Amino acid sequence: MPDDRHVIDLNPPVSDQVKTTTCYMCACRCGIKVHLKAGQVRYIEGNRDHPVNRGVLCAKGAAGIMHHLSPARLAQPLLRTGPRGSGEYKTISWDEALDLAASWLGEIRRTDPSKLAFFTGRDQSQALTGWWAQQFGTPNYAAHGGFCSVNIAAAGLYSIGGSFWEFGEPDWAHTKYLLMFGVAEDHDSNPIKIGLGKLKARGAKFVSVNPVRTGYSSIADEWLGIRPGTDGLFVLSLVHELLRAGKVDAEYLAAHTNMPWLVVQARGTAEDGLFARDAEGAPLCLDRIGGMLASALDPQIRPALDGATVLPDGRRAVTAFRLAGERYLDPCYAPDAVAARTGVPADTIRRIAAELARVAFDEAIELAQPWTDWAGRRHETMRGRPVAMHAMRGISAHANGFHTCRAIHLLQMLLGTIDVPGGFRYRPPFPRPIPPAVRPTGKPGQLAPNQPMPGPPLGFPQGPEDLILAADGSAARIDKAFSWEAPLAAHGAMHLVIANAHAGDPYPIDTLFLYMANMAWNSAMNVPGTLAMLTDTNADGGYKIPRIIYSDAFASEMAAYADLILPDTTYLERWDCISLLDRPICNADGVADAIRQPVVPPGRDVRPFQDVLIALGAKLKLPGLTNADGTAKYPGGYADYIVRHERAPGVGSLAGWRGTGGEKYGKGEPNQDQLARYIENNCHWRHEIAPEHRYFKFANRGYLEFAAAMGFIAKAERIVLQPYSEAMQRFRQAARGHGAIQPPDAHRARVETYFDPLPFWYEPFEHAGFDAAAFPMHAVTQRPMAMYHSWGSQNAWLRQIMDSNRLYLHRGRAEALGIGENDWVWVTSPHGRIKAQARLMEGTNPDTVWTWNAVGKRSGAWNLAPDAAEGRKGFLLNHLIAELLPPRADGHRYANADPVTGQAAWYDLRVRVEKADPTEASETSPQFPVLPAPPGVGARPRILRTGAKAQIPSTGAKEASR
Amino acid sequence: MTSLPRATAKKLGLVIDLDTCVGCHACAVVCKEWNSGGHSAPMTDRSPYDADPMGVWFNRVHSFEAGEGASSRTVHFPRSCLHCETPACVTVCPTGASYKRPEDGIVLVDADLCIGCRLCSWACPYGAREYDHDDGVMKKCTLCIDRIYNENLEEIDRVPACVSTCPVGARHYGDLGDPESAVSKLVAERGGYDLMPEMGFAPVNQYLPPRPRRDAGNCAAERLEPVAIEAAGVLGWIDRLLSR
Repeated sequence: MPDDRHVIDLNPPVSDQVKTTTCYMCACRCGIKVHLKAGQVRYIEGNRDHPVNRGVLCAKGAAGIMHHLSPARLAQPLLRTGPRGSGEYKTISWDEALDLAASWLGEIRRTDPSKLAFFTGRDQSQALTGWWAQQFGTPNYAAHGGFCSVNIAAAGLYSIGGSFWEFGEPDWAHTKYLLMFGVAEDHDSNPIKIGLGKLKARGAKFVSVNPVRTGYSSIADEWLGIRPGTDGLFVLSLVHELLRAGKVDAEYLAAHTNMPWLVVQARGTAEDGLFARDAEGAPLCLDRIGGMLASALDPQIRPALDGATVLPDGRRAVTAFRLAGERYLDPCYAPDAVAARTGVPADTIRRIAAELARVAFDEAIELAQPWTDWAGRRHETMRGRPVAMHAMRGISAHANGFHTCRAIHLLQMLLGTIDVPGGFRYRPPFPRPIPPAVRPTGKPGQLAPNQPMPGPPLGFPQGPEDLILAADGSAARIDKAFSWEAPLAAHGAMHLVIANAHAGDPYPIDTLFLYMANMAWNSAMNVPGTLAMLTDTNADGGYKIPRIIYSDAFASEMAAYADLILPDTTYLERWDCISLLDRPICNADGVADAIRQPVVPPGRDVRPFQDVLIALGAKLKLPGLTNADGTAKYPGGYADYIVRHERAPGVGSLAGWRGTGGEKYGKGEPNQDQLARYIENNCHWRHEIAPEHRYFKFANRGYLEFAAAMGFIAKAERIVLQPYSEAMQRFRQAARGHGAIQPPDAHRARVETYFDPLPFWYEPFEHAGFDAAAFPMHAVTQRPMAMYHSWGSQNAWLRQIMDSNRLYLHRGRAEALGIGENDWVWVTSPHGRIKAQARLMEGTNPDTVWTWNAVGKRSGAWNLAPDAAEGRKGFLLNHLIAELLPPRADGHRYANADPVTGQAAWYDLRVRVEKADPTEASETSPQFPVLPAPPGVGARPRILRTGAKAQIPSTGAKEASR
Repeated sequence: MTSLPRATAKKLGLVIDLDTCVGCHACAVVCKEWNSGGHSAPMTDRSPYDADPMGVWFNRVHSFEAGEGASSRTVHFPRSCLHCETPACVTVCPTGASYKRPEDGIVLVDADLCIGCRLCSWACPYGAREYDHDDGVMKKCTLCIDRIYNENLEEIDRVPACVSTCPVGARHYGDLGDPESAVSKLVAERGGYDLMPEMGFAPVNQYLPPRPRRDAGNCAAERLEPVAIEAAGVLGWIDRLLSR
């Protein structure tokens, strides 16, 4: 019976109003329901109807209130008054701010548009920002992918026409074996967590290959604590084992990949290593019955996998499979040969290979789902190889990450597990042609004062002719993306912009325009050096980087280095679109996009960055943003643009409810009511893919027709997977002296080596470049789950979970070094040293130390108290990482990056660790001058009573209980 | 001293799966978020932007390692009130503020009766009580009593906030007094266990142990046999696997 002394309101109203929108606490883009009470945010929960998170929400999403209420929020436009880095500013009006920005940028556009370097960080509006750069006419644009994930993206797009990242997913419903490589908690986090929960409930095996056992790895059935940067060697050893045992899916390889295509073997000629083609340009193969030459694209042909022939012109040709087989059967890839280097025992490698083969071939699955292939052949079932793989940052952030990721895709293709039941699945708009058809723009002839560029700044070079080079073959972009130093830099190379602009290499710039990118702290390699570059002056006293405009919602470390600050809103105060033109939120079973709507007004004199960019574009009279009469094309700002902008006829930011009456999807005329329709549907749109189109998307006629109708691909043509990359070979051939566009001699050997058409493993440069005995440990990072990929881990709740980071060492190794729990240690790399506090653990590769990244902050930044732990104990490994490799014999310094994509090689760091003198201060080093809070930033509350009720009992509970 | 009900009609509680908890803290933060403005609001935070921030949390996740060497394991352990059947935190309460509900077994604090003496937090061996220095009263997990019966919420949402948000689905809620409930069956099937049963407080919440691992120590030593021909012939052998 109830205890009537205590009266409890069991039915309190939760809120006055619920508004749906899209989370922005990380890159996941979950649907949320924001409960409002008296106009204030009361509670944020996951939206059960949303395809990304299906009602769940992570720690960051649930801490969105504290992000929104942060005392670090900027309040007004700011103009620098003191020296750069002093944090001294005065407030100005928006009119003044926009006039000033327009005067700076207008002058650049009138003279040399490439003097604007426009780089955005955790930007979810790249379809707008990239297009804006194109309209402005500068090639110097990118977002943060170059230091995040381009190895994963590019390796996938040049191999399978899709990628891991958030563009694909394991078949969570059917897979029986998941092999996950490296830290992968940083993208698609809620879908992966949801999937792991399902997978474990079904009894599937989950193997994590990761130097550190935290997060997902901690729930793996098997954790392989591999040595950082050696994953490619481990994977190719698995390939070796599978090939030796004949355990590959020969039918899949013959039907869906270019393994049967014939490769010309004529060293010294222009076509060496390229595919033999017929007069129409179709690649050739050998018919497996008669051994005759035939077009590999002929649907009637049943190509042989293995074979060699002499072409009619007398040249020799062999199948790509023969080349791959010969390479990977080499004993250098045998488990016994790679065990010591990888740290994975040979028996374990052999066992994993056997397990993969058993699950793929002996435990194959078959879905009773007919489908029709590209050639019109009907198949009664969908056969699956239920082995799935996933990789992300841990593979990406090495200088061998591109080839390592290609090696993983090779392993998947050999097992026949790409887009089959139980395997890896594409998310639309992928798969796309390999590589995707968009090529980068920004060659000298494509740039002119007061003119837009004829195409987008970023793209996918198919060969040397697509590089963005100056007349002498040197880099033409400020970040050297698409140059011979980083030919496939599909996401640009933001991590090099400041260093290159400071050095005037390849040329000086005028204005650095950044958005949401903490380049003066945790997004920069070599932070002390970067701060020096940002403040360095010429002989005339002017800054070497003359102007810096920055937009951010918060008083971040970067904000102290801007000349002009354009304060942004938080994600609850703005319109946004999560567009298929940008980074979609589709999953393998459905096409989807979403919006953000303003849930609460800002209450500060701030504006959404996208509104500002559109207004600035109109002021500058940029073609796409201005009407013929000179008036602004989108006077309603970003929301107006989202609805009315058309990238191609009928193709706009959002795919749902197009057509004047909202009756169309995919393509259709703009619909003035489109945003209202999205809001009615909880701020997202989704179209389910028909069951017969859900697998074999690269060869599924119905899916390909759907994709063409949606505009994902130009034509409904099959996509042949490319374990052998002819695009890579074209660059290699250029390095060997063929073709009109060849690398300067200084880069030839490097291009020839790393543009290998088949994946291979090599020692990362930082590992090879220094004395291993002096720097015996690897050092890597990850972000804590409650903060990964979040903008501003300064959050009243999340910082109670973690407000400083430790340096984690393997217990046995630490003890050998005389380092105990909580000891302060010096960590020294070839580039610098820092002080950190140690923590010991078992679940770490013994040769590896690691820490949580981006927890450490500069004292005073983010409006935290100067003595907060983030600044006093929290530290960054960034200080130890150089953005450039050591000089070669000729003095040239390459970026500390992947030689194919330019991806920043964060995880190649080598260090030594020594116990600090116990008499030294218990504080991290280096320390930087404390940053003051900029004007307009509020006082730090001493106490938070969020959600407190009025102090008078409202329900009469007190009376009832007495 | 406060007395306990002789029996409770239900034993509402949580079942937490240590096999799948990845330590993401979603449950902890969403708990804080819901309960800010909930039954025991506020969840006061002291020094939120200064050194040593300290606030009220009803649910905290502890990550640690258990074991040594190859047999060691990384554990993520969410900790909140276990709503014990015979909780000492209630019996030590001098005012009757700390009580166990006879209808569902939920252990609550009546803030109007609490004098902030903190005897209950000394009595609880699980560290589940949270003292609000600003309000001067003890607070704790309410099992979201303002959600689970709340007719202003859709029925599907009438579960504790931590359960509704857990991305891996490691948190389950139900009547552990009913052997036929889904949670009771889950506990039986997975060998769920009491935390520190030797203390004798009979926790209602249950933890599911990690499933047996399938790693080097527990797997058959499978290995592939090379095809029985010269290495150079392997590729041709694979080619002959193709249907002709």
